[in-house]
Amino acid sequence: MGDISLIGVVSIIMAGLTIAVGSIAPALGEAKAVAQALQSMAQQPDEANTIARNLFVGLAMIESTAIYCLVVSMILIFANPFWNYVIAQAAK
Amino acid sequence: MTTDQVILWQWKFISLNYTIIYTWGVMIFLTIFSALITRNLSEDINMSRWQNLLEIIVFGIENQIMEISLQNPRKYISFIGTLFIFISISNLLIIIPGYYPPTASLSTTAALALCVFVAVPVYGISEIGFIGYLKNYTRPSVFNLPFNIIGDISRTLALAVRLFGNIMSGNKVVAIMLSIAPLIFPVFIQLLGILTGLVQAYIFAVLAMVYIASATRIQRKT
Repeated sequence: MGDISLIGVVSIIMAGLTIAVGSIAPALGEAKAVAQALQSMAQQPDEANTIARNLFVGLAMIESTAIYCLVVSMILIFANPFWNYVIAQAAK
Repeated sequence: MTTDQVILWQWKFISLNYTIIYTWGVMIFLTIFSALITRNLSEDINMSRWQNLLEIIVFGIENQIMEISLQNPRKYISFIGTLFIFISISNLLIIIPGYYPPTASLSTTAALALCVFVAVPVYGISEIGFIGYLKNYTRPSVFNLPFNIIGDISRTLALAVRLFGNIMSGNKVVAIMLSIAPLIFPVFIQLLGILTGLVQAYIFAVLAMVYIASATRIQRKT
């Protein structure tokens, strides 16, 4: 297996693994946050506005870890610097 | 990969890509829209419906700012309101065919995040003074100084990448769905994209306000 196919295989596998493993923890965290927020809203409906706003901000914070993983896997698939380097070397 | 790479016109090192064109398009649209409405405002109850629309938007943003920062919202509405309206309009206009949201490019979101990065010390210094703002970095103790500085930089990066990742992934999923099931499903994905676009605009504005509020709040000694 040459350099080109090795880099291609590793990039594709790692792109899938990155988004698969990286979305587990944020999913669990968001589920916990939403469950707790819904419970608090049921107990104190008067504070629903404040709870919802803070929930959105918190969800955005938690979600950003998943977004980082998405961006990394997108870079690996669509704009892989090592792949571009190897292609440029092979073209010489 | 992004709208940065679709170049329409090039002259030496100056090039026009989709991001620049659509950013200016959104800006011109917003400016002309507001200028036309605010040309003849009325103070009594007989106002035009467009003035009513603008008042609803402005009052809604003011209320949100007041609830978050517990301060007079007039100082911040020019910055926070502009961020929210620009991002939400540029995300919502994806219902127009042939439009690519400029927020799906990392350069636009990085510029917006840099605006927040600069606005936080500007508001903080104008509110509590230079020394008071610098003292904020040494709370709760001097050992937190490097972590506060790292936090400043990393939250700017997070702002940029979060908005970019959400909008760009929405576009990518629509493109992938078009190649798999092109009949109806892309429409639903785009509906979801409109929802996430609005939520992301809200989150961006709220986070910017939270950062500014934490820099301007006068800390009591306990």
